[in-house]
Amino acid sequence: MGRVISMAIVLLVFWLTLSGHYTTFLITSGVISAVAIALLAYRMDVADREGHPIHLGLSALTYWPWLVWQIILSALNVTRIIINPSLPISPTLTRVKMSQKTDVARVTYANSITLTPGTISVDIEGDEILVHAITRDNASDLEAGGMDRRCTQFEGSV
Amino acid sequence: MTMFTVAALALLVSLGLVLVRVLKGPSIFDRVIAGNSVGTLSVLLLAVIGYVFGRPEFIDLAITYALLNVIGTIAVLKFFRYGDLGVGEDEAGS
Amino acid sequence: MDVALYFLSWALLAGGGFFCVVGAVGLLRMPDAFTRLHAASIIDTLGVGMIIAGLMVQSGLTLTTARLGIILVLVFFTSPVASHAIARSMRHRNVKPVLSEDRTGEGS
Repeated sequence: MGRVISMAIVLLVFWLTLSGHYTTFLITSGVISAVAIALLAYRMDVADREGHPIHLGLSALTYWPWLVWQIILSALNVTRIIINPSLPISPTLTRVKMSQKTDVARVTYANSITLTPGTISVDIEGDEILVHAITRDNASDLEAGGMDRRCTQFEGSV
Repeated sequence: MTMFTVAALALLVSLGLVLVRVLKGPSIFDRVIAGNSVGTLSVLLLAVIGYVFGRPEFIDLAITYALLNVIGTIAVLKFFRYGDLGVGEDEAGS
Repeated sequence: MDVALYFLSWALLAGGGFFCVVGAVGLLRMPDAFTRLHAASIIDTLGVGMIIAGLMVQSGLTLTTARLGIILVLVFFTSPVASHAIARSMRHRNVKPVLSEDRTGEGS
């Protein structure tokens, strides 16, 4: 039930951010819709650990800045490749293991791979992700498993 | 020239370059990739235009467009794959 | 406005514009569809991130900043989904990427 309440609070904050007009009527309708949607989600059984993963909120505070830093580094790397006149790419297809157990953490890992320029998760087969990397080095960096460890840590620190 | 005009011009230049890719293709996937980038650049252009003309309401349009962009891309891919929007992956037995 | 903040948002907006142009140029230069996805993801990450951050610096601690934050989070959550959907449907359509090295052992 705590998850439903926190979902209602998140929805209400979202409403207030988008609304920008704070009259009694608008705030009341915001509260009513937030509570109604949270209750509907409860009845539909989607307000669970997967549908509203608020328990990952704290570890996201350490994971996201790290991810942003990785994104900046690899985006600069891909930028160097693009503005280099000889276009030094060496596209590589590889498989990387993922050691996460829950679906939320797996999605986070696959999305992090895709969000980092230079690597794209193409397909998931069992415990492995098929990854297309723009250079050999990018593929090797991912195979070394630094991001995988970070994601497992992100999942495990609940 | 304000900084917003510079950003808007850079965005327009990249929109032009991306449109060349949309027109050249060659495969449908190149067009979808370029079309997705057109969507992202439009979101940014809408947000920047709000500042150029001093009307922050444009950001709400940008939010709406950001939501529609990804749905549009996935709808095109799904339509291309099954020739129909109503078929799920399990039903198609891929 | 504070001079430091002014120059910060100038730098962020100009940098964001630069990375958008770089991504678009990459989209034109790259040889096949898979590598073009990498170029497009520069626009989706650094281009969007820096321009939105520049606009956020410009508007300070207001509701507009919060809305820009919603755009940022929205794009960061949805753009990998779109890229992955494109890559996956290319694989299912048997579009072969141009590869220098294949470590999957499929030999295709």
